[in-house]
Amino acid sequence: MLGLTDAEYGRICELLEREPNHLELAMYAVMWSEHCSYKSSRRHLARLPTEAPCVLVGPGENAGVVDVGDGIAVAVRIESHNHPSAIEPYQGAATGVGGILRDIFTMGARPIALADPLRVGPLDEPRSNWIAEGIVSGISGYGNSVGVPTVAGEFVSCETYRDNPLVNVAALGIMPTERLVLGRATEVGSAAVLMGASTGRDGIGGVSVLASAGFDEADDDSTKRPSVQVGDPFEEKRLIEACLELLEAGLVSGIQDLGGAGLTCAASETASRGGTGMEVDVSAVPLRQHGMEPFEIMTSESQERMLAIVSSAHVEQVLEICSRWEVSATVVGRVTGDGMLRVREGVDGAVLAEVPASTLHDDAPSYDRPMRPPADLALRRSVDPAADPAAAGPSDCAGDLLAMLADPSWVYRQYDHQLFLNTVVGPGRDATLLRLRDPRNGAPTGRGLAVSVDGNHRWCDADPRWGTAMVVIEAALNLACVGADPLALVNCLNFGNPTHPEVMWQLSEAIDGMAEACDALGVPVVGGNVSLYNETNGTNISPTPVVCLLGVHPDLVRRPVADELPPGTELMLLGPSGPAVGDDAGTDASSLGPTSLGGSRWAWERRGCRDGALPGLDLAGSVATARFVAAAVRDGLVQCAHDVSDGGIAAAIAEMCCHGGAGVHARVPSLGSPAPVERALFAEPPGRVLVAVEAGDVERLAQAASSAGLASRPLGSFGGSRVQIGRIAEPSLDIDLALDDTRARWSGALPEAFSQPVEGAAA
Amino acid sequence: MSVPMSVPMSVTVGVVQFPGTNCDLDTFDALSELGARTALLRSDETSLGGVDAVVIPGGFAHGDYLRTGAIARFSPIMDAVASFAGAGGPVVGICNGFQVLTEAGLLPGALRPNAGLSFLCQPQQLIMVSVNHVLGHGLSPSDELSIPINHFEGNYVCDGATLRRLRENGQVVMRYVGNPNGSVDDIAGICNETGNVVGLMPHPERATSELLGTADGCKLLNALLSAAASTRRAAGHRAA
Repeated sequence: MLGLTDAEYGRICELLEREPNHLELAMYAVMWSEHCSYKSSRRHLARLPTEAPCVLVGPGENAGVVDVGDGIAVAVRIESHNHPSAIEPYQGAATGVGGILRDIFTMGARPIALADPLRVGPLDEPRSNWIAEGIVSGISGYGNSVGVPTVAGEFVSCETYRDNPLVNVAALGIMPTERLVLGRATEVGSAAVLMGASTGRDGIGGVSVLASAGFDEADDDSTKRPSVQVGDPFEEKRLIEACLELLEAGLVSGIQDLGGAGLTCAASETASRGGTGMEVDVSAVPLRQHGMEPFEIMTSESQERMLAIVSSAHVEQVLEICSRWEVSATVVGRVTGDGMLRVREGVDGAVLAEVPASTLHDDAPSYDRPMRPPADLALRRSVDPAADPAAAGPSDCAGDLLAMLADPSWVYRQYDHQLFLNTVVGPGRDATLLRLRDPRNGAPTGRGLAVSVDGNHRWCDADPRWGTAMVVIEAALNLACVGADPLALVNCLNFGNPTHPEVMWQLSEAIDGMAEACDALGVPVVGGNVSLYNETNGTNISPTPVVCLLGVHPDLVRRPVADELPPGTELMLLGPSGPAVGDDAGTDASSLGPTSLGGSRWAWERRGCRDGALPGLDLAGSVATARFVAAAVRDGLVQCAHDVSDGGIAAAIAEMCCHGGAGVHARVPSLGSPAPVERALFAEPPGRVLVAVEAGDVERLAQAASSAGLASRPLGSFGGSRVQIGRIAEPSLDIDLALDDTRARWSGALPEAFSQPVEGAAA
Repeated sequence: MSVPMSVPMSVTVGVVQFPGTNCDLDTFDALSELGARTALLRSDETSLGGVDAVVIPGGFAHGDYLRTGAIARFSPIMDAVASFAGAGGPVVGICNGFQVLTEAGLLPGALRPNAGLSFLCQPQQLIMVSVNHVLGHGLSPSDELSIPINHFEGNYVCDGATLRRLRENGQVVMRYVGNPNGSVDDIAGICNETGNVVGLMPHPERATSELLGTADGCKLLNALLSAAASTRRAAGHRAA
């Protein structure tokens, strides 16, 4: 259950100059777990850009913090709760929400928003359906009750996540810049006050048992269930209010949440960051169960607990404020000057464990694991998904389109996404846009805070490097669609087993792709989370880096997204000049190249083909497109913008029709000639954005795009009751559907998937 | 948002805070922006401190543990709210506040889990039914409003005799257009017989700005401020 290797055990003996006892070993096991130590990924993560003028706190603290102007700082953090959610979907997802919120208010910020990128198995399979429903219920049950709106997310279903769903959760918090608090214990003699819930046997070894190992058939998942924590949102709500009051009053010098690795992690991190030591009296810790062993107390991951470092003069006041919020608070230790984490039974009682605090993380192993691209990489990339004669049947473009449409409102309507009266553009559109209000007095600043969470395992499976860069670019285009410019990014890197060289290669490539895209955008990475061992029976998930991109809308005077598209509104395509917007049509006749169907949703879902090369990525052109679109949206030059991503241009047009309640007649670029019709409709070359424009503004927009070095192309106009999509210079239509039918399929897809009788669901 | 001239700036509205309430500050902000003086009332207080109207806002009082509103109704503040309501003072319960008012017996019926057994946060079209209550000033029957809902337990239920009385006495305040949660008779809000206590599931405080999608909630909140002003004048006359 400990998950330490022989070599790691040897290293502990060297550091201590003796053999560790059982309690010490348990503490090293949780702190040196993959989850806490990033031992496989640390050396690669160092390649990400982390500096920019806006960065107040970069990676390594509980949350990244950026300066958004007006004396306002925003804390942002993303985490995964993948394995707990595979075992116990409701509690796994719920406690993920609780944990990320504690990371935010630990910094002194009031949490104002949550985002939940979710990935689950096929919804027509009972167990995946049960897992998906449980995850959404858990987020709904915890997030709504704790009183933080869930304003953004993703909901992706694919068989790669059948036994290993991905439950990522991001949170934003806001504070006056001067209130920034760091989790460190600097003053010797200060008290360590444990706040919140009592400590029980739930979640013992969560980070080592669950988060740092894969699943396999020999395991009965239910044996891991005791390692899943149980959440209490009402306790967390009171804990938030109590902590924020303590921070506001300046009564705590450092504060740290008890998450993965529990008290061991909180005590050793606050001490080693502060360059001090700490003594913890396990007999003082309020317990939920009788007879708990010291190692259980030190590694329990019971939820809704915080460790506050309080100078002795303030202890009484702190306990008084906690009592008013009905939050339990107990002095469980004190800060010492000797750099040791010492666990005692009784205040000056027997020493149960004694290790240098810094060795628990600073000396955690860092591995340069072997990595290697898959042997069949070149072969896979040479495949053209549209040209597979064995699989190819007659084209059914309309059927393909309908099968790929799904309105995610079934998910997000279960989340309170409006609390705090900030949500200008809510979930379901390209990005979420919140009013930015001054945390001191609630006054609107006239600016907006935008957030987009994005991942695309198909792109990253085809090419982890450029796929990841495309994900970052898509996030920036999403922000642009609500008029915001990107500011900072946090990432959640969901990968398979790091002892497999192909997985390490994927991770390394993805980090390089992310770094390149962030550099192109001028955006720093201010935090992240690495989730490895996402594998079942030796099969790794497709690489799934997920990003949460934060942006700012500088001048929020009106809603940037038109709710309705009046008849006669023109549809235009914008993007980097090149074949993807139809420039030089005819020169790209090869089956691969810049407009390939490789990695597209159509290829995976409609053709069952995971091979092929990704379409080309013009980083600089895509960044210029994002800047241009953001400005055009703010200026009101476009009524509504939507980036072209999974499902290609046909899906993007249909989604605009469904949202805007209008039919369309559009002719899209052929992307080569001769080329299969699916390429024109469903390929996903990056950097393209569709915009709805009033007829009188078309010329002005085209000229502005041209001056910005971008291509633009009128595709047709909205209106009528049919969704009609064809190709430029082709007389016939490839898709001709009634708007009502299209909308019905779009809005009905998820409700129908979850109304099937689910028999034999595992419980 | 415009502040109607008829609302005296001196009207004070108390917003009740139970542990677990989370729409308290939103409600406070929305009422303040409409020109009211606003006071937060902690649930362990025993006095309303002379407010002219009381709002019990949405959220999860006491975590909704046991049953929505079941623990909150025993809070010290609820005795003061009951006395205030008994004397004709305007009391409005929004969402969880509506649930608390039914648990406290200040409104008839109960709110069960939604028929679809899932939480619903979505825009909602409503039709005003009666306007003879503290949210009716300035509105007319059959006025349409767009105000979001945000609840798991919004499925209003009562016995047949109560429903008949609610209809006959004009106590049905508003109905849903397209019933989202299974409520009997599409009921979205009701009032007591004297019209001074209203409970509704939609959140008017979330509908106070076109930037956020709709400002229809201002109509209801302004009506409450008018009612509070009348109460204040009446109290002033009595005192004089």
